[in-house]
Amino acid sequence: MRGAAGRSARARLVLTALVATAALVAPFLLGDYQVYQLSVIVVYIVAVLGFDLLTGFTGQVSLGQGAFFALGAYTGVIALTKLHVPYAATPVLAGAVCFVVGTLFGRTVARLEGLYLALATFALAIATPQILKLDALDAWTGGSQGINFGKPASPLPTLLNDDRSLYFLCLAFAFLLYTGAWNLLRGPTGRALVALRDQPVAAATVGIDVAAYRSTAFGVSALYTGVAGALGALVAGFISPDSYTLFLSIQILVGGVIGGITAIGGAIFGGAFIEIVPDLVSKISDAAPWALYGLLLIVCIMVMPGGVAGLARSILHAAEKSRKARPR
Amino acid sequence: MTKKICLLALLAVVAGCSKPSGGGGGSVATGGTIKIGQTMPFSGPASAYGMIGKADAAYFKMINDKGGVNGRKIELVALDDGYSPPKTVEATRKLVESENVLIDFGSVGTASNTAVQGYLNDKKVPQLFVATGGDKWADPAHPWTLGWQPSYSVESKIYAKYLLQTKPDAKMCVLFQNDDFGKDMLSGLKQGFGDQFDKRVIKTASYEVTDPTVDSQIVTLQAAGCDALLTAATPKFAAQSIRKVFDIGWKPLHFVANVGAAITTVLKPAGLDKSVGLITGLYLKDPSEPAMASDPGIVAYQAFMKQYMPGTDPNDTNAVYGYGQSMTLIQVFTQCGDDLSRDNVMKQAKNLSNFELPVALPGIKINTSATDLRPFSQVQLAKFNGTSFERFGSALSAD
Amino acid sequence: MQALLHQIFSGLANGAIYASVALALVMIFKATHEVNFAQGELAMFSTFVASSLINAGWPYWGAFVATLAFSFVVGVVIERVVMRPLQGAPALNTVVVFIGLLVLFNGLASWIFGHTMREFPSPFPPAAWYGSSYLSPHEVGMIGVTLVVLTIVFLFFRFTRLGLAMRAAAENPHSSRLVGINVGWMLALGWGLAGALGAVAGMMAAPIVYLEPNMMSGVILYGFAAALLGGIDNPWGAPLGGFLVGVLENVAGAYLVGSHLKLALALALIIGVLLFKPSGLFGKTTVVRV
Repeated sequence: MRGAAGRSARARLVLTALVATAALVAPFLLGDYQVYQLSVIVVYIVAVLGFDLLTGFTGQVSLGQGAFFALGAYTGVIALTKLHVPYAATPVLAGAVCFVVGTLFGRTVARLEGLYLALATFALAIATPQILKLDALDAWTGGSQGINFGKPASPLPTLLNDDRSLYFLCLAFAFLLYTGAWNLLRGPTGRALVALRDQPVAAATVGIDVAAYRSTAFGVSALYTGVAGALGALVAGFISPDSYTLFLSIQILVGGVIGGITAIGGAIFGGAFIEIVPDLVSKISDAAPWALYGLLLIVCIMVMPGGVAGLARSILHAAEKSRKARPR
Repeated sequence: MTKKICLLALLAVVAGCSKPSGGGGGSVATGGTIKIGQTMPFSGPASAYGMIGKADAAYFKMINDKGGVNGRKIELVALDDGYSPPKTVEATRKLVESENVLIDFGSVGTASNTAVQGYLNDKKVPQLFVATGGDKWADPAHPWTLGWQPSYSVESKIYAKYLLQTKPDAKMCVLFQNDDFGKDMLSGLKQGFGDQFDKRVIKTASYEVTDPTVDSQIVTLQAAGCDALLTAATPKFAAQSIRKVFDIGWKPLHFVANVGAAITTVLKPAGLDKSVGLITGLYLKDPSEPAMASDPGIVAYQAFMKQYMPGTDPNDTNAVYGYGQSMTLIQVFTQCGDDLSRDNVMKQAKNLSNFELPVALPGIKINTSATDLRPFSQVQLAKFNGTSFERFGSALSAD
Repeated sequence: MQALLHQIFSGLANGAIYASVALALVMIFKATHEVNFAQGELAMFSTFVASSLINAGWPYWGAFVATLAFSFVVGVVIERVVMRPLQGAPALNTVVVFIGLLVLFNGLASWIFGHTMREFPSPFPPAAWYGSSYLSPHEVGMIGVTLVVLTIVFLFFRFTRLGLAMRAAAENPHSSRLVGINVGWMLALGWGLAGALGAVAGMMAAPIVYLEPNMMSGVILYGFAAALLGGIDNPWGAPLGGFLVGVLENVAGAYLVGSHLKLALALALIIGVLLFKPSGLFGKTTVVRV
């Protein structure tokens, strides 16, 4: 038993080391465009992490992650262009603002269950581009034109070019937030969240403040999504209302579900999926990428509701079992 | 231990790879072909404009079948951006950095093109003939960008001038889409009316593309007591506006922006009888106009559609648009001769003089120079008579 | 004053569209206690089918009936193939499937029918025989159709055995089985009827909003707002909510918040109703059982 657990832990360590090495070395082997793509993947990984924390671990279904992504992006860019905050610090600011707004929103909707919460957040996602366009906010948001601020320059141009420096900025934030999520879920908070998801009534009876936990979970999720939004804006060098439509929220949902919402490791796969698969799909069928996307969602939730992470887990289990069954 | 090795490996890679990358405005090796790229909304909310890209591709196929331009074939790489600016940034970088295209040609969307304007200008990659009518494409600060169609503000400025001449004390209402397009139309009116603007334009109402209908806005505008109306709307909402204005018995002098004034895709759904009297500004020929059946430019266009885009409605104005736009690019390449550097392409694109596009209306010519960054800058007014637009007056420019 | 009246009438016409979408939402909810996010896209797809039949030379009413039958079958198939395996699954799975259906049908429609906007015929005479320009003949006809459908749905649930059986199956599947109701087929029937109601909504809306793959994307949010406001389990409350939302949207858009805030208004309505009056204005309060 101990041997098996040790092996599995070792396998995980090796896998983590491999992923980490690849993430650090890859940008130096790839061209600028591929580095840019990698940055976008990392941004989506952070966004999917935010979705997993909320939906996977508290069971609150949010279809409005795009709204917090947009809030983070606009906060970051306004801080950068109007308040002249150093660009590397804008995701922090965006995360803080999104945490506050997310907690308040979470507090407001804490009473809503399942489908109704999904409906409320779905509505939020549809209305987001229109809210971003409001004339009253024009001076700050640039209205429907958005803000074209250009990619921030690298602080160490001799060592890293602009794309690589942005990539490492994204990677640093992703690493911090990933470890944060990992620690959070291993501790008592994580157990409380899972209890809330699986047995809300029982959780309340053992003294877990359901509303407080739910709104905090919303806040933390918004923080992750907001940081992702701010990073995404920096990487693209441009924001506009059209960038944050319902489809963005759907993409984050897809990434979460395909990766597996109850394992944060799945977020890595989910983030990569969001960025890479639509291109592949449009190569197969130019006409119907959306149709395939929808089909994939349905099939995935029916055939492997645990996503890729769930699948990997069950394969590991099966391997473990067969190894145990073998006579020594 | 493993960490140390990783670190060492990393350092080695850093040392090996930190050479600068990316080219400037020099020549792109093309060999026997000219590789160009574009981003198109083949999927997503604006996919109707994907037709422009399809017409572009078909046109270049025809050119290649005829032996190419100056003996070189054209290779067009069109990437789908779903009308989403972040996706446009990514696709454009792919075109420039991994497909090594010579230019970005005819990409669709104001926000999408804005998102990559800085990047393309930094890289000195020509961003030619963007398929949007924003004012910002004629901007000396972005010398590598050129628009194509008459800008929205030029168009509405001409409407304002026409109104001042024919009905000097008219009161105008405006229905506009709440984005760059609608706002540019409004600013054109401001230029056209000058200090009379506040007296002439007494009420405006905006709509969002997510609104189910614009009925309420039309009712609001009618109540303001206008006797002229400008509908600055995309096809669906232009059709709704035309129908509602008729249904409530309002009879203003109704201007409809060129974008939303196509006969088959707007006026027919709205009802041809309800569209009688509409005024719009035209610059391209309309293949559905009976008088055009024997026009040489349209005859050639129809033959092209039949052979290279079978199954597509030749009356789709987006197809005419892509056809004309591609033809303009071929003219630029022809002028370039054998010097296909980005510098020279841009130089020739800004050196079109009195180029007469066979699908443009007579008298409307493409002119560019180092200081004139608007290929089309004229429109001719036309009134709808129940079956087709009757042009009147001469080609007008904004100045 | 005249302008206000005009806004109200024009709002009633829009409201009829929301009301008919809300009716389809009520049907699904009554049968399965779920809120179908993909209802709008299903309705849009049905309308494309009707349009194709009409273009192929079918008479309007022939195409109308065939489309209802087609949409009914599609609803039943979705229930049996996609929703059935999810019974008892967490809400998340259901929501993901709804979103999947939404994206799937939107993509299919773009692929099969293209993006060029189409006109869709109205079955009503073109001349306004009632001599008023406040409402067009199609708008009057559409309001009429909505009221008729509303009445039928109300009577169906109130007075027919089948309607009662469907309500029972949704509210208490176990006891329903005991009294001999085939719960599985009741759910499928609910989906089928909702599909048909959605098709009516689409075919009535299309002459006004024009047919293209994103036809319902603007409408569906107002449909949700309508259903929630009126009570999503109430076959006459929800459509009433539709008319209310239509009028409210117009009057507020014209006189209070400006037309650019209409969608935000719908959003506020949805969240407000969910928080403060989850059963809607006319719905009955339900008690959550543990």
